[in-house]
Amino acid sequence: MIEARGLTKRYGDKLAVDGLTFTVRPGVVTGFLGPNGAGKSTTMRMVLGLDAPTAGSVTVNGRPYRDHAAPLREVGALLDARSVHPGRSAYHHLLALTQTCGIRRSRVDEVVEAVGLDGVARRRAGGFSLGMGQRLGIAAALLGDPATIILDEPVNGLDTEGIRWIRSLLRGLAAEGRTVFVSSHLMSEMALVAQHLIVIGKGRLIADTGTDELIATAAPPVVRVRSADPARLADLLRSREVAFEGAGDGALAVSGLSTDQVGRLAGAAGITLLELTAQQASLEEAFVDLTRDAVEFRAPVTGGERP
Amino acid sequence: MTTTRPAQRVTQARVVRSEWTKLRTAPSTSWSLLAALVLIVGFGALYSVLRVTRPPSDPAAVAAFDPTAVSLTGVQLAQLAVGVLGVLLVAGEYATGTIRVSLAAVPRRLPVLWGKAIVFALATMVLCLPAVLAAFLVGQSILSAERLDTALGDPGVARAVVGSALFLGAVGLLGLGLGALLRGTAGAVAGLFGLLFGPQLLSGLLPAAWSDRIYPYLPVPAGAAVANARPDPAALAPWTGFGLFCLYTAVVLALAAWQLRRRDA
Repeated sequence: MIEARGLTKRYGDKLAVDGLTFTVRPGVVTGFLGPNGAGKSTTMRMVLGLDAPTAGSVTVNGRPYRDHAAPLREVGALLDARSVHPGRSAYHHLLALTQTCGIRRSRVDEVVEAVGLDGVARRRAGGFSLGMGQRLGIAAALLGDPATIILDEPVNGLDTEGIRWIRSLLRGLAAEGRTVFVSSHLMSEMALVAQHLIVIGKGRLIADTGTDELIATAAPPVVRVRSADPARLADLLRSREVAFEGAGDGALAVSGLSTDQVGRLAGAAGITLLELTAQQASLEEAFVDLTRDAVEFRAPVTGGERP
Repeated sequence: MTTTRPAQRVTQARVVRSEWTKLRTAPSTSWSLLAALVLIVGFGALYSVLRVTRPPSDPAAVAAFDPTAVSLTGVQLAQLAVGVLGVLLVAGEYATGTIRVSLAAVPRRLPVLWGKAIVFALATMVLCLPAVLAAFLVGQSILSAERLDTALGDPGVARAVVGSALFLGAVGLLGLGLGALLRGTAGAVAGLFGLLFGPQLLSGLLPAAWSDRIYPYLPVPAGAAVANARPDPAALAPWTGFGLFCLYTAVVLALAAWQLRRRDA
């Protein structure tokens, strides 16, 4: 469980994180979404006590991370896959971490095997690809068998097989009752793995809601309808106060109605339809719209605080 | 996560073990330490050969000839290697970003600094003592060709040999403290050289009466007093001088500790 209350970080005159309040709960994968530079990494560093908040507070499992006597047991984190001494082997990197808190040595072999680095653990980490670096970082995060797992952009640099592996890993960790907090700038990736999403833009909270709900509100289905008489259809829609816009070729893009509803409406008015299709806006486009709008117009938070 | 296991608490002793693993498993640090050892023995031998081919001729020069100092010339070069290595041990972690991993594992932070300091100081002293001793023995055997040699049993000689190793450990700690305080390699190395050589240069600009009075209290003249076999009337007493150097180092480490607690990683 991670609880941020009014979390704020200012660098000079730039607000990197601006009054974030959210709760990351155990048992589900929570995605932390935002465009690059939105303040995701800064927030994660504050959770881990690496950066001190300018204002507000954040606790992990009930207390500030710094106050935990057995930190690796509480939180396992991957912040940057490149954070390894290039001359040291993956095995010794992990061994040094286990020794800080007396985790048994055999645990290193376990996590190395779990992330699929068994063949290369004794090689210099400097020669690792970004994907292998991510796996090493994840191995380090798993060392203490932690209740909370924080991963910053873990999908970066992974190949298709690696991405599928990490999805099942994250779901498995959440299913074991752990708190799993994963950042990404790719909404499509998060939509596949996260059940809950916290979306930020320019350091501010934009959404804190279930993934399905967010997709529904952020990317409402649009119905593309082409008729023999677009002008009359437009008048009809306008009279029913239905939102639409021109989609070229005499077609209209109608929002807020299903294909069934549009079809019946046109039929009742005797308008001949030539084409009627439901179109899902691309998730990625919807996300860009969502973050841009919310930042520019300071729209209210869509999810708000959950009970 | 449901299994019960002994509390995985962070303790200073555990962090020391972890830092020892880090020190011995980074090839670059092993090579730098080895280079320091080669400098101590090799340069001492080289300089001894140089002096034995041109032995002091008049009685005054013979009286002023310090065979211990000749054989331990390499220590002056090794102090640079050891000091820079101390800088790199911390500044290198900032450069690679591993410091975040280290501090996330030890969120109280200070045990990491103390762990590095303990491990590095001990490793430096333990490795340098035999090297200094070897340099001394090799140097004396070379100097003995012209009967210029001295023995470990002579007054102050054993203390100078042991003191040289201790001084190297302390210089390493000074570098480590500067690395932790300044974080950047370039700045910390510049700071190290500045502290080691700058004060002597600056004191030379003062009137002679002042500079003579200040000189013994400057870091290197103070610290090097313990590595001199012959009592130098212009310098502090050996252990007093070394104690003062340790005090300077302690001040730098204390500032580094204060910054480490205070600043974002």
